[in-house]
Amino acid sequence: MFTVFAIGAVASAVFTITRKNPVASAMSLVGHFFMLTGLYLTLQAQFVAAVQVLVYAGAIMVLVIFVIMLLNVGTEQQHPQSGGLRTTLGVMMAGLLAVLMGTAILARPTGRVDLPPESLTIGTTEAIGQSLFTTYLFPFEAVSLLLLAALIGSVILAKRHVQEG
Amino acid sequence: MSLTNLIVILVQAGILVNMMLMAAAYMVLAERKIAAWIQNRVGPNRVGPWGLFQSFADVFKLYIKEDIVPAAADYKFHALAPVIAIGVAVTTYAIIPFSGPLIELDGVKYGLAMAPNMNIGILAVLAMTSVGVYGVALAGWSSNNKYSLMGGLRSAAQMISYELSMGLAIIGVVLIAGSLNLIDIIQAQTDGMWFIFLQPVGFILFLITALAETNRAPFDLPEAEPELVGGYHTEYSGMKFGLLYLAEYANILASSAIMATLFLGGWDIIPFLDDSTVLGLAPFSLPLVILGHMAFLGKAFALVFVFIWIRWSLPRFRYDQLMNLGWKVLLPISLVNIIVTGLVILFLQ
Repeated sequence: MFTVFAIGAVASAVFTITRKNPVASAMSLVGHFFMLTGLYLTLQAQFVAAVQVLVYAGAIMVLVIFVIMLLNVGTEQQHPQSGGLRTTLGVMMAGLLAVLMGTAILARPTGRVDLPPESLTIGTTEAIGQSLFTTYLFPFEAVSLLLLAALIGSVILAKRHVQEG
Repeated sequence: MSLTNLIVILVQAGILVNMMLMAAAYMVLAERKIAAWIQNRVGPNRVGPWGLFQSFADVFKLYIKEDIVPAAADYKFHALAPVIAIGVAVTTYAIIPFSGPLIELDGVKYGLAMAPNMNIGILAVLAMTSVGVYGVALAGWSSNNKYSLMGGLRSAAQMISYELSMGLAIIGVVLIAGSLNLIDIIQAQTDGMWFIFLQPVGFILFLITALAETNRAPFDLPEAEPELVGGYHTEYSGMKFGLLYLAEYANILASSAIMATLFLGGWDIIPFLDDSTVLGLAPFSLPLVILGHMAFLGKAFALVFVFIWIRWSLPRFRYDQLMNLGWKVLLPISLVNIIVTGLVILFLQ
C-alpha cells in the first residue's frame, strides 16, 4: 500500500509542476493531497488524514481553483531561458539535495525496528486532543490568537477597499 | 485482510451501490410526483402503473442519447467532472452505518456498513462532502461556457461558505456523544435521547446547510434556470449529464442518512424508550437489527421528502441573501450553539 501511495504522490507532484494549464496543475495537487492522505492512513493517523482532506483538498484547493476560474488564468507561455546561470544554479541545487538525501538514507539504521505500542494510538483524535490541550496548550492558544489577528486584519482591509470604491 | 473480509466488503459495496441507484431512480420519480401534487397536477403516469417505471425509461433515453462535447471545451476535464461528482457521492455511503451487525463470520460481525467503526467517522463524512465541490466546479469550468462557469463559481463559493456552519452544527452532537465515531453517536442516542431533542438548533442548522451543500432549492443558485440556462451542466448531455444528476440525488440521500444518524437516533426505533424491552426482542438480535435498519431507511426517506417538499414550496434566494444568511446568520448561531452546549455539559458534570 505504501508503494502505491508513494509512487502516486511523487507522480502527482511532478504533474503539478509540469502542467502548463493552471487547473490541471491544481487538480494534480489535489491528487497529491489524496495520496498523502493514503500515506497517513497507512501510518494509522486517521485524524491527520481526515483533516488533510478536509482542510487542504476540501477548502484551500477549492479556493485556489475558485481564484483560477474567477481570474480566468490562461495556459502559461514558455519563458525564454535567461542564459545558463539559471540552469547552472538549478543543477547545483539538485546535486546538493541529492547528496543530502543520499547521506540521510545511508545513515539510516537498517533492519526492522519495533515501534512502541503507543505509536498505534498516537494519530487518533483522542491522542491529538490530549496533547493539544495539555502539552502544547500555549502554542495552540498563540496560533489561535495569530489566526484571529489575521482574520480581523483581512476584514479591515476589505472594509477599507469598500469605502474607497 | 482475510478472504472472507474481502468478499464481505465486495458484497457490501455491491448492495450499497445498487441500493443507491434504486433509491436515486425512485427519488427522481418521487420528486416529480410530489412536485405535481403540490402544483395540483397528476405527474408522470404513463410508464408502468402510476408511472413507476418512468425513471428507467429516462435512464434508457440518456444511454442512447448522443454525447455532445462542445468544441471549445477542455474534453479531459469535461469527462472527469461527472466521475469526480459520482465517485465522491458513492464514497460517502461507505462511511454511513445503515444497519447494526447482521451476520457473524469468523468471529467478526458485519452489518450494512463498510467502515462503521472508524475513529474519525463524522470527520470523514465532512471531508468527502467538502471534496464534492470539485465535480461541480470542474464541470462548470471545463464547459467553456459563461453560464456554466457562473454556475460552477457560485457552487464553489456556496459550498465553502456553508461547510463552516455545517461543521460547527455537528460539534454540538459530538460534544454530547463524546465521540466522532458514528456507531458511538447512535449508541449514545439509543441509551439516552435522540439528539434532535437535545440539539434542535443544531438540527435546523444542519438541515439548512445540507440544503445549500446539495444545491437544492431555495439555495439552488448554481443551476438557477432563469439566470443561468441550466447552470454547470448546461453543456452536458447523455449519460454524463445522467451521472451529474445521479450524484445530486445520491448526495441528498447521503445527507438525509447522516441527519438520521446524527439527530434522529440512527437505527433506534422508538425515541425515549428502550427498543428491546418494548418490542420484547433481545438486544442486537436479528429481527431487532432488521427492524432498526427499516427504521433508519424510513427516517432517511422522510428527510428526503422534506428536501423535496422544501424545494417545491419555497422560492429561490438571491445571491447576496444566500451569502448574508450563511456568514451573518448561520455562522454566529452555530458558534453560540457550541458555547451554550459546552456550558450546559460543563455544569451538568
